[in-house]
Formats: sequence, structure tokens, C-alpha cells
Amino acid sequence: MTRPARLAALGAALSLSTLVSGCGFLGIGGEEPGDIQVYSARHYDLEDAFVEFEEETGLSVDFIYGDDTELLERLKAEGDETPADLFVTVDAGNLSNAADQGELAPVDSEALRGAIPEAYRDSQDRWFGLALRARTVAYNPDNVDPAELDTEDTYAGLTDPTWRGRLCMRDSTEAYTQSLIASLIDLHGREATLEIVEGWLANEVEIMSNDILLLEALDAGTCDVALVNHYYYARELEEKPDMNVELFWASQDGAGTHVNISGAGVVRSSDAPAKAQRLLEWLATDGQEAFVGGNHEYPVNPDVAPDDVVAQFGEFEAMPLDAEAYGSLNAEAVDLLAEAGYE
Amino acid sequence: MTHLAVRRGRLDLRPRRVAASGRAAWSLLVLLVAVLVTAPVLAVVVDGLVRSEELLLPRDLDSMVVTTILLMLGVGAGTLVVGGGLAWLVTAYRFPLRNVLVWLLVLPLAMPAYILGFVFLSTFDASGPVQGLARELFGQGVWSPDVRSLPGAVLVMSLSLYPYVYLMARAALVEQSRTTYDAARTLGASRGRAFRKVLVPLARPSLAAGLALVMMETLTDFATVQYFGVKTVSVGVYLVWKGSFNFSSASQMSVLVLMFAVAVLAGERLLRGRARYHQRGGRGQGLEALALHGWRGWAATGACVLALAAGFFVPVLRLVWWAAGEALADPAGFVDPRFGGYLANSLGVATLAALGCVLVSLAMSHAVRLGGGRVVRSAAQLTTFGYAVPGAVIGIGVLLAFAWLDRALERLGVPGGTGLLVTGSVAGILYAYLVRFLAPAYQAVDASFAKVQPSMTLSAMSLGAGPLRVLTRVHLPLVRPGVAVALVLVAIDAIKELPIVLLLRPFGFTTVSVWVYQLAGENFWEKAAFPALVIVAAAVVPVFLLFRQVRAADERAGR
Repeated sequence: MTRPARLAALGAALSLSTLVSGCGFLGIGGEEPGDIQVYSARHYDLEDAFVEFEEETGLSVDFIYGDDTELLERLKAEGDETPADLFVTVDAGNLSNAADQGELAPVDSEALRGAIPEAYRDSQDRWFGLALRARTVAYNPDNVDPAELDTEDTYAGLTDPTWRGRLCMRDSTEAYTQSLIASLIDLHGREATLEIVEGWLANEVEIMSNDILLLEALDAGTCDVALVNHYYYARELEEKPDMNVELFWASQDGAGTHVNISGAGVVRSSDAPAKAQRLLEWLATDGQEAFVGGNHEYPVNPDVAPDDVVAQFGEFEAMPLDAEAYGSLNAEAVDLLAEAGYE
Repeated sequence: MTHLAVRRGRLDLRPRRVAASGRAAWSLLVLLVAVLVTAPVLAVVVDGLVRSEELLLPRDLDSMVVTTILLMLGVGAGTLVVGGGLAWLVTAYRFPLRNVLVWLLVLPLAMPAYILGFVFLSTFDASGPVQGLARELFGQGVWSPDVRSLPGAVLVMSLSLYPYVYLMARAALVEQSRTTYDAARTLGASRGRAFRKVLVPLARPSLAAGLALVMMETLTDFATVQYFGVKTVSVGVYLVWKGSFNFSSASQMSVLVLMFAVAVLAGERLLRGRARYHQRGGRGQGLEALALHGWRGWAATGACVLALAAGFFVPVLRLVWWAAGEALADPAGFVDPRFGGYLANSLGVATLAALGCVLVSLAMSHAVRLGGGRVVRSAAQLTTFGYAVPGAVIGIGVLLAFAWLDRALERLGVPGGTGLLVTGSVAGILYAYLVRFLAPAYQAVDASFAKVQPSMTLSAMSLGAGPLRVLTRVHLPLVRPGVAVALVLVAIDAIKELPIVLLLRPFGFTTVSVWVYQLAGENFWEKAAFPALVIVAAAVVPVFLLFRQVRAADERAGR
């Protein structure tokens, strides 16, 4: 083939593939949308849960996974035309914020009220917690005697000089860190929380950008104590049963371990609110195992048992969760971390 | 015969009479593109001014600004040394494996920063295998560098971004007429002096263009800097945004990032200077490469391999290692059945984006060349801003702009307004890509245009060719190298791109990068390794195509 002919052939092939894929993209000849459309900042095996839901109810679910705050902006920008029926997201502050910005509609459901403890749903019924995660202490048992850990306020106890050079934690850009600090501000006030963070820094806390890295560092012995989400520990433990890391439930003689929720609410301008409510109710009851199981989270529904890996961690007392405070104090938490110089 | 360094601020020989009517349409086109491309960015700025009640800037803003400047300067210097040095090495010398290395050296482009950053950290930080081995060999007290730091980030970003400078610099060196250099040599200049006094000044516009791209990438990066704990102003945008769960509060921070972008573009203009370098006689022949023998040759090979290993092969091996582990553990579930569809989506959008950006760039460069004056030239420059704005911010800007348009149309009585145009189809993604990736396309095409003698355009037009004919028959064949580079850069960028797709995709539209993000976001790195490798492989294809073309051109030119 001559050169121009080859170029022409390449061009023709390109345009053809472009045309075909273009039609697909633009929804020409695309599939019918599902009965319920979900925007979700969560994805762990969410798909399996939705398949199960469809098998049980005959209602099909489409979902888009995205970043929590970005999906909220999308919801706001789409306004009345949004295809979304249900908004699923992580972090109580985020849920409370979506409700405050008027994006979620109240749902009057006896089933939801019966399934979810009051502490984990909105007082105005606009959002409902579905899964629970704890952020607590993990340690390397070779280097740490758990008796050394403060049982009344474990987070504040890590400011003790005995922990100098032995701490590892997540960075300040991480929502887990921010929400923990927001809850501490709620609990102790700003001044005392600032002192706690400064105390961690005085102990030369090593900051890492990933919970798995924290656990690996503990396992390798380069850190003695770290703050991690319980489900990362569960996951690592499942993969590496001989991992030399133990979990410690923080502040059990005090305010309890810091927890946060994933949850959902029906979108204000949903065109299928009844179906969305049905999915929400299912997720809070029969679908709990499917919703939390893949990620080793705790079901919010007290009638549903946590999975086997998590069950062996035992019961723990959770710090009371104030979603509005998480929402309103999060920006202050970011500011506090910056003031303390916590990277 | 080469026309060396024609120095002038503007084309004073513009064919004013020849094609006044045709020119106006082309100028208008540039203005239209500028409006289209700046609209989402403007939407963000306006939204910030209108909606946020108080000034919400992070407390450590000054340190963020300093960090950003240091990072940009560091990465700029790093890429200039690595990219520029390697480009010089492969064009001026012949050494073992040069012909292969010439194109392999672009490969780090195929590695998304969010993958490279993580792979680097997990390999080299305290609990990683390298330091672990060091501890086993030398005991616990062995020196351990702080990888998660500003220097660490500079190193990693320089290694992943140097191909921008390399590509531009190489194109500049290859397109240069040999005669210029030969003239300097016959006049008694040493090889080094001819390099400094003739080649570098002639390559300056291209180097500046490459550096500008690198700096803008550095400015908008979020993934790598976050892994390395480097708080830049872009991290500030995310911190304010996510920290308050509301984008409006982060608009002012976005404006600050825009100011950095302005500074980068102004810097690029400054570097290019008022000089316009043109060479007569179409595309140059390039330098004659000097053969390096013995250890010198192998040292040159070694330098190239080292850069490649650090920026490409080591991370790829690490990914392969993870992927292999995953494949052995679960051979049946290793490849998700929907993966083919995701890949088709990635390639489809990338192709559309590359074609679109390059067509628009060509039209703009052409219009500027036809002589639209200061306004048109500024408008064309304005369209490159998008590259310096973080993808998520552009995504929000597109959403905002269309939300306004939708409401305006509804108020005018159009039922349903724009409907769900942006997020109901890939139109929104493609639009955002145009905004974001027009810069690399335009820089590459324009750099090639800069080397086309104005007299070429003039003669064609005075011979009666209309603007379109000049474009297709004169300009396009001359700037083909720039077009090829532009296609490749946009395609690779688009395959790797994440935040825009994540935000604007319609239901059922998943790309490979979204898939990687879903897995990596939850630290399923072993599971993410295979799709990550596929992204890398997909990005390697355009690189390979580009260099086949380049090599063919080299052979025709007898190099």
C-alpha cells in the first residue's frame, strides 16, 4: 500500500470506530435505564447487593460510582433533571451536608425507623446510616504492651512521651483524619483538640498516605502504634493471617471509639421515590449483609450480625455520632490540622 | 540556505489584501473557541464570587504557595535536565540501541501519576521491599531517606514528566536545518559552542512549550503530591472543597491556582521572547549524529536506560508482580468480563478527544498565521489555560456552565432547556477534555508552525490559494510532526485522565482509569495492577505509532 493510501485507510478505520463508539456514548441504541438509578460514593461489592435486590424484587438498579463531594456537586448542578433516585455516600458530615443543601427528600418509613438506631439516621428522616466503620488503634504486639495504652481517652493518650517516635497516622487531606478530629473537637472543644494534635506532632508522628501502608509499617515494625479503620485491618488479616498487628478498641473507659457511617437518602427530584425508598429499606434490612459484608463494615441494623472476621474483634463502645457536628466541624478540623502543622 | 533567527515581534508582511475576507472567518473561529474553552473556568470564578459569603482560604496558604513554587521549579529543572539532555543525546550522537531508545524514552508518559506515585512509595518507603532489604542486610539502624517529601515528589514527577520536554526538544532538534549548525561549525565554533549558541536558542520555543506543559501538569497534579505529602495550592483547593463539603467555598482557591497558570503562561511567553525563529526550505534535515564508541557509547545507553528504568520499567515490573500474584491466586476472576467494554470506552473517548483537540489547534494556529493580530493571538493563548486547571475543577465548571445555560434556555421558553446533555452522554466529557487538553495539542502544533517560514504562507496566498487550501496543501504537510505529537499527547492524557470522567460520565460508562480508581481508591492495589497495566499498554500504542512515523520521516530524510 502506498503511504497516502495507508493513511486514508487508517483514517477511515478511525472514523468508523469513532462513529460506532460515538453512537454508543451518546446513548443512541443504548440500553434502557434501570428502574432505580443510584449515585454512590461507595462501591465495595455494591453491585452484588444490587443484583441480589433485583433477584428478590425484579427492580433493576443502575449506579454510578464517584467521589462523594463531587457527586453532590453533580446532583446540585443537574437539579430537577437529575436521573438519580438514591444518593449513597460515605461520612456522616457529607450526608448531613447533602440534606442541608436541600438535595435529599424526607422518607417516612416505619421499616427504616425500626431497622436503624436513632443515632445513625437523620432526625428529619432525610438520610439513613447503613454501615458503620471504626477508626481505632492498631499496634505491633512485639513492641507494645496494650496495657500501656490509655483506656479512657486513647487518642489523647498517644500524646504521652512514651510514644515518641513510635506513632504513625494518616495525612490531613484524608477524610478519615478530618472526621476523627471533627469528632474530637465536638467532644473536647477546639483548644483541647489542638493540644492533642500538637502532642502527636511532639511525638514525631510519622504521617502516611494510606491505611494499608500504616498496617504494613506496623507489621514491619517501623511503627509501633497507628490509627486505622477497622475494615482495612480485617482485610489485611484475611489476606495475611500471620500479620503481626493487633487491634485495640480506643477509649473504652471513656467516650468510646470514633465511628463514622456510610448511608443514603432519596434524591429530592427523583422520579421514582417509592422504588428508591424500597431499595433503601431493603439495604437497611435484608440487604445489610450484602451491603457491608464485602467491606467488613459493621451493619447498623442491630439484628444483623457482623461477618466472621469482624466478629472476632469483639464488641466495642462507639463514640456518639453527631452528623451535624461532623458536617459543620469538618472545615474547622482542616483548619486546626493546618494550625498545628499536621501535614 | 537557512534564514537564521529572524527577529521580529509580529508578522509585518501580512498579506492584508490577499485574503482579508477569508481571514475574518478564521479569526472569528479562534475567538469562538476561546469563549467555549474559557467558559467553564469562568463559571467557576463567577460562582465563587457570587455564592461564597466569606473568604475561605486555608490557614497555611503561604506555605502552600511556597511549596507550589518550589515543586514547579524543581520539576521544571529536573525535566529540563533529563528531557533536554536525553533529547540532545539521541539526536547528536549514535550509540548502542539508540534507535530503540529514541522512542522508548517517551514511555514514562504512559504511566499515570496516580499509579507511579503509589508504586514508588510502596517500593521505596520505610516498610517497602527496598528499605526492608537494606534493614536485613545492614541492620535496623541503616540510613533511611524520607521518601515522602518534597524532594521525593520532585524526583518522581521529573521522571514521569520529562517526556514532554524530551518530545518537544527532540522535535525541535530534528526539524532544525543542519545548515545552521554546519555554518556555525565552518565559522570555527566548537561542537559545544555551536550547540549553545545556535541549537539551544533555536530550540528555545519548543523547550519553553515543553516546560510550560510540565509546569501545568505539576500545578494540577493531585494524586502524586498527596501521596508525597506535598501541599500545593491544588491540594488546597481539594482541602477547602472536601473539608467543607461544598465546592463554592473552594472557588477562591481555584482562582489562586489560575493565577499560577497565568504566571506559567507568561513565563513561557517570556522564555520564547519576542523572537520568532523561522527556517527556510521546509523541514530541516537535522543534525548529523556523531558516533560514540566504546565506553562512551555504552555510558550514553546507560543514561537512557536509567531514566527509563526509573520512570517506567521498575513501576511496570512492580505492577506485573502484583498482577501475577493476583492471577495465580484467582485465575478465574482475574479479568473482569466487562473489561473489554471499559477499554473500548477509554480508547473511544481518547480518539475523539485527540482528533477534536488537534483539529481545533490546527485551525487556531492557522488562523493566527493568517494574521489575526493581537486579539486573535491572545485568544489563542487563552485557550491553553485549561491545562493548568485541575480536572475536577474543570468538570465542575462544565456542570455549572451547562446548569446556567439550561436555566437560561428554560427561561427563554425552551422546554427542558439543554436537558441532560452534559451528564446524560459523553458530550460533557469530550467538552471538558477539549478545555483541558487543548494546551498540549496547541503547543505542539504551534511549535511546528513557528518553524514554517512566513514567506511560505505568503507565497501560497499570493499565488491565489484560499485559507483552507493553504492549510491543507501548505501548512498541514509542513507541521505534520507537530500534529503527530499533538495526537499522541492528547490521546495518552485522555486515556489516563480520571477526575473528569469520574464526575461527568453517564450511567453505564466506565473507563479503565475509573476502574483502576475504584480498586485503588480502596487500596486493592493487587487487583488494580492489571487494569493499570492495561492503561499503560493502551498509552504505549500511540507512542509506538508516533515513533514509527518519526522513524519513517528520519529514513526519508536520510538520517
